[in-house]
Amino acid sequence: MKYLKFFLIVIILFPLSNINAEENDIRNKITKNLRCLICQGQSVYDSDSEFANSLKIVVDKKLHEGLSEDQIYEYFKTKYGEWILYDPGLNKNTYILWLLPILIFLIGGAIIYKSFIVKK
Amino acid sequence: MKNKILPFSVIIIFGIIFFIFYKGLEDSKIYTPDVNAKKEIPVFNTKEFFSGENVKSSSIFELDKVYLLNIWSSWCVPCRQEHPLLINLNLENKLNIIGMNYKDNLKNAENFLKELGNPYKEIFIDLDGTIAIEWGAYGVPESFLIYNNEIIKKYIGPLNQELVDEINLLIK
Repeated sequence: MKYLKFFLIVIILFPLSNINAEENDIRNKITKNLRCLICQGQSVYDSDSEFANSLKIVVDKKLHEGLSEDQIYEYFKTKYGEWILYDPGLNKNTYILWLLPILIFLIGGAIIYKSFIVKK
Repeated sequence: MKNKILPFSVIIIFGIIFFIFYKGLEDSKIYTPDVNAKKEIPVFNTKEFFSGENVKSSSIFELDKVYLLNIWSSWCVPCRQEHPLLINLNLENKLNIIGMNYKDNLKNAENFLKELGNPYKEIFIDLDGTIAIEWGAYGVPESFLIYNNEIIKKYIGPLNQELVDEINLLIK
């Protein structure tokens, strides 16, 4: 009977800890992508400032309300602007950043193609 | 012709890269938030400072009135410096100053007001700092000038005489 109880407890608790772990993962992922605005150079995840601690609570609250990762980013973007995200989306300020590597890759590829492959 | 394309494209690519890095050098590395962006004030529930009763944000801020929301805390040293300015502002104007007590010990906060005076028409509390985030605030002290449920201007850091003059001009 004792063992049965023990196993029951383990079986009941095991999936719960898994749910918590998943929630922690997504929370960590989000806070790592948020910039601590008053301690620049640090993410909210790394920082222990008052601002970062409050932000972590808000992220938790929003996750509990059932908001998705993107919705949470959108929420912070409306409050603090694009700068709060470490991974900015494509817009008029960042298009060079996104398109330049592709452009260089294409031009470089064309040069290689012209000078080596066509020569043969 | 082939020989010319290669050096030409290399020069263009380096030109583009140089241009981008040069522009990057000119940009300020210190983030300056947009303080003039007009935004609707957030909706939130909180507790009144003295009574501890639940209050809704809609009952604090009415339309057609000018408010100055001031985020303060007893542990915040710059708040102490700006406090006399708030008291003057309250005496001189019809401006309604609302206080948001940020992550504070209530006893300490009460002592702070006893010592320096209370310029606030109403005070509500933000124990975990989440209401400040709703406002898009960075920390203490910070002030928001509000009219018709819209944030007209945001003052990050302590107020000084110059900023108080600006507020006086704006609310006239």
